[in-house]
Amino acid sequence: MSGRVFAMLRPVAAPVSAEGGFRAALFTPTALVFACIAFASLVVAGEAWAQLRAAGPKPGLLETLWKWTPLLLIGPPREFGGFALNIAVSFLAMAIGTAFGVVLGLGQISIHAPVRRVCWLVTQFFRNSPWLVLLFFVMLLIPFQIRIGGTAIPLPAWLKATFGLSLPVMANVSEIVRGAVNSIPSGQWESAESLAFGRLQTLWRIILPQCVKRMIPPWMNWYAILTMSTPLISIVGVNDAMTLAQDALAAEQRSELLMPMYAMLLLFFFVYCYPIARWTIRLERRYAVKI
Amino acid sequence: MSTWTPEQPIVAIADVHKSFGKVDVLKGVSMDVRKGEVVCIIGPSGSGKSTLLRCVNALVPIDRGSIRVEGQEVHDPAVDKLELRKKVGMVFQQYNLFPHKTALENIMMAPVMVLKRPKAEVEAQARQLMRKVRLDGKEDAYPGELSGGQQQRVAIARSLAMQPDVMLFDEVTAALDPETVKEVLVTIRELAEDGMTCMIVTHEMGFAREIGDEIYFTDRGVIVEHGPPATFFTEARDPRTRAFLSQIL
Ligand SMILES: Nc1ncnc2c1ncn2[C@@H]1O[C@H](COP(=O)(O)OP(=O)(O)OP(=O)(O)O)[C@@H](O)[C@H]1O
Ligand SMILES: [Mg+2]
Repeated sequence: MSGRVFAMLRPVAAPVSAEGGFRAALFTPTALVFACIAFASLVVAGEAWAQLRAAGPKPGLLETLWKWTPLLLIGPPREFGGFALNIAVSFLAMAIGTAFGVVLGLGQISIHAPVRRVCWLVTQFFRNSPWLVLLFFVMLLIPFQIRIGGTAIPLPAWLKATFGLSLPVMANVSEIVRGAVNSIPSGQWESAESLAFGRLQTLWRIILPQCVKRMIPPWMNWYAILTMSTPLISIVGVNDAMTLAQDALAAEQRSELLMPMYAMLLLFFFVYCYPIARWTIRLERRYAVKI
Repeated sequence: MSTWTPEQPIVAIADVHKSFGKVDVLKGVSMDVRKGEVVCIIGPSGSGKSTLLRCVNALVPIDRGSIRVEGQEVHDPAVDKLELRKKVGMVFQQYNLFPHKTALENIMMAPVMVLKRPKAEVEAQARQLMRKVRLDGKEDAYPGELSGGQQQRVAIARSLAMQPDVMLFDEVTAALDPETVKEVLVTIRELAEDGMTCMIVTHEMGFAREIGDEIYFTDRGVIVEHGPPATFFTEARDPRTRAFLSQIL
């Protein structure tokens, strides 16, 4: 692992073969859209560059980017990686973070003071920790495999990284839950109580159903933030889009390729995250008038 | 005191003290409510009327004194507060309907989920209650689609669905337009005529006079005086009561 940690600091011998990258069968429509938009916007700047440099025997910039695109999107052959891995990690980290975050958030409004305090502390700690440091910490904390009975279950780096990213998500979901529950007027609790609902029943049947709508926009917002943070996992040696882009750049050894390559990467994320942001705003507006 | 008989007060409040931090809100309140009696509580803002009602169904704990409902001490830690609240219904100034449920669902929720009664039976009862509060046709409306007066009547029906023995009303018309006040008051009057025991906090003096069996005037955490409406409104003895009544009438 530690070798990969510093991978970004020194040139890496090209580990990936270029030909293996192109697998048309695996091109989903969405991925195609990503690629098309990426190229469309790079065309102007890219073409100019290419013509300037075309004097040599090297292929044009666009051609080179195109060559690496499949690798960046779906990773090396017979291996899961690239932008698809970023998305997979974002899904998984969000799922884990949401599950634990809801529990933690409900703990924060527990009637038992010790539970409340512990949950508050955990929430505040992970909300106010730098994600990158958390990531390193978790990578060292979790062993590379766990033993259940006689069988050893390996824990790949990407999975450990996913746990690392799920921690800040958990803390922020916890705050979303606490905030949403507290935003429900106390009259709802009172009338439920006066109808002989118990505390848990009130929470599940009356309070939380009203909270869901309020929680969705901030929750989606954190999903977008999480997705944009997934390139952090490249630092701990995972074949995500960022790592592969650096590998590709190392293999090409062409400085004029640096900016376009990273621009393409940015575009992948933009095309994925922007619609989520728009959708979040739409939902926010819709729910704001409703309740 | 599990040997309560209907001849005894259904709600017996004796020397109740309650403070929030340094603020003494109730300073020795006593009052008996007999079964089928309608008690109206009036008094200036902040005198502790809402707090008193909240103490009766244990939404607020008391510091000292005793409140018995059907002979059972409300603030005995051993008493199941949820069992008590099945006997005491409460309607609030702000209606507090559940906004994510329709009118009918609002009425059905507690009987189905708390009392675990069969759904079909509860639904039949809920539809009947909707007719009783004159809202048939609005069963599938969400609270947001109803006027304040309609919401308040759904809230009353929701409490009645639990088949309580005592109903508490806390300024249930204070947030309503003058035109819709009447429809809610009519509903409460019909309830009182059916023999429901009611404790009503209100600023509607005409209503209190018409419907009340006993009027209580509270000021700064104590009951200043009480009496049947015939004498209370005309022969108030205490200067504080007279001042309050002259302001409001
Ligand atoms: N939960 C609470 N915490 C602190 N103080 C409270 C609380 N509830 C009520 N009080 C205080 O107790 C006093 C009496 O309140 P209460 O609501 O019982 O008065 P009220 O007679 O119902 O007045 P109104 O006519 O305005 O409704 C007020 O001074 C109020 O600020
Ligand atoms: Mg009040």
